[in-house]
Amino acid sequence: MSLSSWPKWLMLTALAVGILVPVLAGLGETIWAAFGILPAIGRHTLSVDAWHQLFELPGLVTSLRLSLVSGFGATLVSLMLALFGSAWVYHTSEKESSLSRLKPFSQAILVPILAAPHAAIAIGLAFLLAPSGWLARLFSPWLTAWDLPPNLATVQDLWGLSLTLGLIIKELPFLWLVSLVALKQIDVSRQLNLTQSMGYSHTAAWCKIIVPQLYPLIRLPVFVVLVYALSTVDMAQLLGPNNPPTLALATMRWYNDTNVQLLLPASAASVLLGVLIAASVLLWEVVVRTVMFTSKVMIRSGDRTGKYSIFTGVLTTALPITVMLGLLSLLVLALWSITWRWSFPDALPTSWSYNYWLQLITNVPLALQHSLIVALISSGLALTLAIAWLEVQDRFGGHFYKITLWFIYLPLLVPQIAFLYGLKVGFLRLGLNGSMMTVMWAHLLFVFPYTMLSLVDSWRALDKRYVQVATSLGRSSWSCFWRIKLSLLLRPLLLAWAIGIAVSISQYLPTLMIGAGRVESLTIEAVSLASGADRRLVGVYGLLQALVPLLAYSFALLLPRLVALKK
Amino acid sequence: MSLELRSLSVTTSTHVSLFTAVDIVIASGEVACVMGPSGVGKSTLLNAIGGHLSTHFSVTGEVLLNGEKVTHKPVVERQIGILFQDPLLFPHLTVGDNLAFGLSSNVIGSKNRRAQIEQALEQAQLQNFYHRNPATLSGGQQSRVALMRALLAQPQVLLLDEPFSKLDLELRHTMREFLFAQAKQRNIPMLLATHEPAEAQAANGPLVILMPA
Repeated sequence: MSLSSWPKWLMLTALAVGILVPVLAGLGETIWAAFGILPAIGRHTLSVDAWHQLFELPGLVTSLRLSLVSGFGATLVSLMLALFGSAWVYHTSEKESSLSRLKPFSQAILVPILAAPHAAIAIGLAFLLAPSGWLARLFSPWLTAWDLPPNLATVQDLWGLSLTLGLIIKELPFLWLVSLVALKQIDVSRQLNLTQSMGYSHTAAWCKIIVPQLYPLIRLPVFVVLVYALSTVDMAQLLGPNNPPTLALATMRWYNDTNVQLLLPASAASVLLGVLIAASVLLWEVVVRTVMFTSKVMIRSGDRTGKYSIFTGVLTTALPITVMLGLLSLLVLALWSITWRWSFPDALPTSWSYNYWLQLITNVPLALQHSLIVALISSGLALTLAIAWLEVQDRFGGHFYKITLWFIYLPLLVPQIAFLYGLKVGFLRLGLNGSMMTVMWAHLLFVFPYTMLSLVDSWRALDKRYVQVATSLGRSSWSCFWRIKLSLLLRPLLLAWAIGIAVSISQYLPTLMIGAGRVESLTIEAVSLASGADRRLVGVYGLLQALVPLLAYSFALLLPRLVALKK
Repeated sequence: MSLELRSLSVTTSTHVSLFTAVDIVIASGEVACVMGPSGVGKSTLLNAIGGHLSTHFSVTGEVLLNGEKVTHKPVVERQIGILFQDPLLFPHLTVGDNLAFGLSSNVIGSKNRRAQIEQALEQAQLQNFYHRNPATLSGGQQSRVALMRALLAQPQVLLLDEPFSKLDLELRHTMREFLFAQAKQRNIPMLLATHEPAEAQAANGPLVILMPA
């Protein structure tokens, strides 16, 4: 260790203190509580009572099943759709269908769904699918003969299907865009040409040649989706069944129960969720590796025909429907937010009102103020940190590159609830709970990894020879950093920032648990209003929640064009 | 077997021809060459024959394979193999599995298939390379594997888009001889895009000079 590499050590220390220690400490507190030690409620002795209590709680098995079905189902289906969608983008055929004219716009179409918080999509989807939802209204009474909303559980169904659908709709654009970015590292078109010239169909070529090269590049995002789907609380609350709910939501309810003695089994449930997630990730990886290995062996037969037709038929239908549902979910929020009167089964509101929006402008709610402050500061900090970390890696070499990446992504790979509760306890002890600062920092834990995830590939792909040329022309390394790197990377930097805004706005648990009710947010407001009756107000909050990140994205996508035009 | 091009050209979406129309007949075992200034569209011509043109381009004239028109046949059914400048060995498969992927499905039985692949490796002087990772092979070795993979698919025609241009001079010479021998042995027509007069001369077959239209 030489003295001149101090920025590297400073960075490593900051990451350890800022992320690793608190996450592990939070997990530690939770694990202690799961084994009976929670001084706050006067428990000081090690015991496994909490576990006995947990296993006696009603509905635990159902909760486990619900979490597994929605978690694996959503991850599997959204990954399939994303891979199929990517294949579609690269498919050139002489017969152009009407949908293929949308190809150049496919990324633009996905951005609103990508930008919208999970809760906004979930609320919108509920407004679509509910028995009194927009879809039922559109087809009633002329097709369904319903004059009143039917008595069907189309949302919050017992099997968690609507929850799974909501997760698929929200995760598809993420996995799709991540795949399209990763595919740029593979020579896709020529490999497809080559494979097809050997007699393999486009689908066979995609499955046998492209997917096995693509998957290792998107492994981490897929894990992130799996972990999120297994541990989401806000989406489960809005779309999942109520009694019993998924394990994550059940855990949250036990934590919030008025009976403080439930805190111990709740902590045990947190630990159980953590174990469930670790086992799921492991199982997923084992299955993926087995499938990859088998397909490599199957390649040896040289079989060109492959029976994909049923499969591609299903995906061809499912893909546009999934994207449409996502867009309609946002549209229905917008509709409700300007509705005055909209009775069943009218297809559209009969009278309109902008009152809620006017009120919002004249009297900006605390939730919007707090959300904006937290989002702007945490995304700005995350971007600065990401740039600092990458620049330090560039200048001082990356001996710890891999391991620090795992540090950074850690908060996305452990269930939020499992360490946030422990952190809350820790903060309470230090008297730091419920301040804006701690909420921002809790957001940063999630904003920073997503910012890194979106920035790291573009940063590494930047041709280092530009910098070498500039240095050889006598520029200092600071000047290179500002004038070469940051200006060449303007677009990905702004995008990473916008993603940071979107992630911060969508956070539910960190604000709720660390904010201790004193820090408001659009998501908390939208989720709690969603259980109420006023769809117009929910529409306003849901849409607002989606609009803030969408504005950030638009800014990130348009500014580089304006700069380019000026040149 | 033969490949025939009848006043073949490629036009852009604005109906501008890229190069003057090509007429040529290539018989089995012959290696014809396409020459022309860089950027004139040698690769585009090969893509038109193989059916790999992007939708921005369209083909005029005809491509005939053994007298049958295949100009608008889907790539998958054409049986026209192609070799690019880069070997494009699939990085997730071993050398042997790359060849197995190419080997025609007419060859059945895993033992039989394995024997054919070993034989191909032997011809390419790559015995005991079955389990190697393609990335560990030298440029010349990779090119030989790519060529064998294309041939194992039993194409009716093989198109070669400057396949050896990235190799050094000496290696290029050896590869060329290897290629010509394979054309004779497999008895199929080949079309080689090149910018080297020496290569065209050595091919000793029909010659197309591509000129901008």
